[in-house]
Amino acid sequence: MNAKIYRSLYRIRRVEEEIGKVYPTDKIKSPVHLSIGQEAVSVGVCLALDSQDIVFGTYRGHALYLAKGGNLKKMIAELYGKATGCAKGKGGSMHLIDVAAGVMGESAIVGTTIPQAVGYAYALKIKRSSSVVVSFFGDGAVEEGVFHESMNFAALKKLPIIFICENNFYAIHTHQMKRQANPKIWERVKSYGISSERIVGNDLFKIYQHVGNAVKALRSGKLGPIFFECTTYRLKEHVGPNEDYYLGYRTREEAEPWLKNDPLQKLALLIKSKNRQEIEKEVEKEIVEAFAYAEKSPFPKGSELFTEVFKD
Amino acid sequence: MKRNLTYVEAIREASDQEMDRDKSVIVFGLDVDDPKAIQGTTEGLLRKYGAERVFGTPLSEDAMTGAAIGMALAGFRPIHIHIRMDFILLAMNQLINIAAKYNYMYGGQINIPLVVRSMIGKSWGQGAQHSQSLYSFFMHVPGLKVVAPTTPYDAKGCLITAIRDNNPVIYIEHRILHFQKGYVPKKLYTVPSGKARITVKGKDITLVGISYMQIECQRAARYLEGAGIKAEVIDPIWLSPLDIDTIVASVNKTGRLIVVDNDWTTCGAGSEIVSMVLEKLQGKRVIKVRRLGFAPVTCPPTPPLEKLFYPDGRGIASVAFDLVKGGQSKWVPDEQIDLKEIEFKGPF
Repeated sequence: MNAKIYRSLYRIRRVEEEIGKVYPTDKIKSPVHLSIGQEAVSVGVCLALDSQDIVFGTYRGHALYLAKGGNLKKMIAELYGKATGCAKGKGGSMHLIDVAAGVMGESAIVGTTIPQAVGYAYALKIKRSSSVVVSFFGDGAVEEGVFHESMNFAALKKLPIIFICENNFYAIHTHQMKRQANPKIWERVKSYGISSERIVGNDLFKIYQHVGNAVKALRSGKLGPIFFECTTYRLKEHVGPNEDYYLGYRTREEAEPWLKNDPLQKLALLIKSKNRQEIEKEVEKEIVEAFAYAEKSPFPKGSELFTEVFKD
Repeated sequence: MKRNLTYVEAIREASDQEMDRDKSVIVFGLDVDDPKAIQGTTEGLLRKYGAERVFGTPLSEDAMTGAAIGMALAGFRPIHIHIRMDFILLAMNQLINIAAKYNYMYGGQINIPLVVRSMIGKSWGQGAQHSQSLYSFFMHVPGLKVVAPTTPYDAKGCLITAIRDNNPVIYIEHRILHFQKGYVPKKLYTVPSGKARITVKGKDITLVGISYMQIECQRAARYLEGAGIKAEVIDPIWLSPLDIDTIVASVNKTGRLIVVDNDWTTCGAGSEIVSMVLEKLQGKRVIKVRRLGFAPVTCPPTPPLEKLFYPDGRGIASVAFDLVKGGQSKWVPDEQIDLKEIEFKGPF
């Protein structure tokens, strides 16, 4: 199990780092919102899901896409704008999709995929499906009206949905305390009649365990929804591959505890070094192949501009 | 004896027959399951299909539009009903940023079969926020289809087409049209998207009437008959995709075009139609054009001002007369009792 988790965490971290390396070459002409620092939430949650479970995410969605089983080659090709990308180059970094893996898309508009996840859960409920939907969003999304409308409807219809609020404390450069009168998101959600819990400090194992219990409960007929606020921390700038302490809206000191508590480094200590090296070698090979695939893939033909405006 | 139904009955029958045929069709929106059942258009559906497929929603236009999209992604064909077009402004993010874009943005892998039914009001003091059409907003955006049927026949056929379409369709109903009666076959049939209909044949001038203004254009044609002018009247039915070829062919024949919109003219459907016709006919034919529509103000509820806000049959005939005769006679036909506007009664 530890090896599986380590592989997933390491893979996401290294993919993001490689994107960061390539980014200055301008081969990736798509705004990238890297997941570095926040991987543990997606990995912990998705570990508790099956492939037929459905996730909806945000523009900072690389970790979720990969943790849920999204195809890596197609993801990198999408960032390169290639025809072989997961959305044929028409989506970009903020709109990754892998229908077979249950990744149903992300949105650049904060909060926008929450009601879609709720609607999908309504559909699963009336189909009597045992699958669940997980809706990922950040602390900024809970300030949007649609968040509250969605909580109310999900609670009203008791839908098989798990909400994951990835609270990284910042909406771009503005701290949660400047935006929310009561920052206890998980507590406010309880007022909708939703079972709600806060898991602090990128605690991957606790997230896995508690979300796992929630998934089991929903599959066995317990009424949803279930809400988790998971505190985490973005280590790179809002958009792009660099650090941004120079902007002055946050300090390196603030980031220190999160760096020390890096789930990836902690997990590395739990795995025998030989196993770890094997995992790392395999992942590195996969990443090299994925970038090579993206590099050599063709761009879409000009005629693609006009296709898929409508579905026949 | 032809089977006559009201527009309301035609919508209800289309919904019922499609829900019966296809279990993936679901209907929801504010007040869908209340005793008034959206002017009767959803009456009986709850009893027949149950509360999972027919339900009233919280007052959450934004989230419920998103939920409709989510249901569509999960294989359903939702019909989301808004009793006023004005309320859809609360759902624009989901319609424009998501529904219109998913098929394209995800390379054709996921699509949104969704019908958004919305009503437009007029008269009896509907006022500023119960009278807007706004369909040009949706025409502007690639990935959305827009239909504004005028007759009960088209109301049924277009709704069935919209339900079966694999894309989001904004379906616009004018409240005054709700009471119109007309021939509606019992069987299931579709009115194809992107096809206009010539409702009155003529040779002197082309009148394109959108939604309720189709009725006023037909009245205008009758008034013009009295002045010896034969107007050709066209109902575009679908605003997106728009059957511009039928309109161009007519204007190529008549040389004169008035588009009467049930909306403001600036950046409106009428502006678009006029532009497209001019583009297609420039260098081939010199034509005269006019756009008519709402006065460029907020709709007032008080009757004397509201009357001036909307074009009517006599006013359209007056503009058409001068366009045909070439002068500025300001001729206005005497009102004919049989062409008088249908009075709309409250309380809605």
